[in-house]
Amino acid sequence: MHLPAILPWGAAEGFSKQMLLVLLSVVIIAAFFVLAARKQQLVPGKLQFAGEAAYGFVRNGIAKDIIGGKDFIKYVPLLFSLFFFILVNNIYGAIPLLQLPTFSHVGGAYVLAGLVYFTWIAIGLKKNGIRYFKLATVPSGVPWFILPIVIPIEIISNFLVRPVTHSLRLFATMLAGHLIMMIAGSGIEFLVMQENILLKGTSLLVLVGAIALYMLEALIMVLQAYVFTLLTAIYIEGALHADSH
Amino acid sequence: MNQLIISAATEGEVNPLMPNLWEMGVVLAGFLILLFIVVKFVVPMFEKTFAERAEAIEGGIAKAEKAQAEASAALEEYKQQLTDARAEANRIREEARAEGAQILADLKEKAAAESARITAQAHAQIESERQAAVVSLRSEVGTLATTLAGRIVGEALNDDARAARVVDRFLADLETQNAGAAK
Repeated sequence: MHLPAILPWGAAEGFSKQMLLVLLSVVIIAAFFVLAARKQQLVPGKLQFAGEAAYGFVRNGIAKDIIGGKDFIKYVPLLFSLFFFILVNNIYGAIPLLQLPTFSHVGGAYVLAGLVYFTWIAIGLKKNGIRYFKLATVPSGVPWFILPIVIPIEIISNFLVRPVTHSLRLFATMLAGHLIMMIAGSGIEFLVMQENILLKGTSLLVLVGAIALYMLEALIMVLQAYVFTLLTAIYIEGALHADSH
Repeated sequence: MNQLIISAATEGEVNPLMPNLWEMGVVLAGFLILLFIVVKFVVPMFEKTFAERAEAIEGGIAKAEKAQAEASAALEEYKQQLTDARAEANRIREEARAEGAQILADLKEKAAAESARITAQAHAQIESERQAAVVSLRSEVGTLATTLAGRIVGEALNDDARAARVVDRFLADLETQNAGAAK
């Protein structure tokens, strides 16, 4: 699965194209938003308007709606960075020649999901103290005789499965999309190489299917960035308001 | 691409769930750098604009509300002034009416007094004239009576003093008779 490294050239291990793309995404996002936000005016220009719309989407559409209250603004930077970092890194997979969604390699997804995991646990502990683990695992209003079943389920689903699903959801969708593109590409190449003209012609069918899947994959790339950020906001909200859940 | 698949196929032992530590490091570093930039620059810049814009809009609303409050206060004041003016006018009218009534009453009183005075004066005058008439009548009647009596009697009753005494006595008798009759 590993791309050849750039430095040292062609080696299996080293500084790969994927790593370069990750760093490039940081530059792209930072440059765009700093440029958009630099000349702040009450009546925005086109670039500023685009920046504000993108920022407002995460700020109001995710952070404010899910977390709400007065402190949601504290979590906007994290959610904002997550959304655009994942978005740009996913979109790489839809750009010809780059064609590599960063999170089709599982490492990045682990890192982000892990960061989020420790963040929401820390928020829960800071807000509720050590009592947070009780609040998060013992649901209120459940009859006592069901608790022995419910508590293990809550522990497994909240503290063990949650980071795994959070990371694998992103990774698996990106890998699957990436694989489909690769398979379609090599399938077309294989069919075009055939001697039989009819067999050659079927490559067109694959092309049509591949274009449709490419569109679907582009949608999923955006959607997964949104889902990942939305889930992060939901986890943080759950940690903040553990006593009312 | 073919080569990739072939290489992936030949590296059959690669588990896609096993992360590459270098990649994890790069993603972590990249994300933290981005987070730092966002916390430090992007969010404050946007929030500042949002706050300024909200303030501008709210400031405009506040200004409009203030103007409206001022306008309604002015309206209230005008209404108050109008009411005051009406009350004042009513009061003045009432006063004028009262004053007019007072003047009328005064005039009536004065007129009554005047008429009473005139009546009294007339009475007095009539009385004095009557007295004068009585006096002159008495002397004239006396003279006429004595003259008449003298002519009838043929005797000169020229002695005026005596005649006057006789007349007076006669008249006094007459008056006492009248007084007796009146009783």
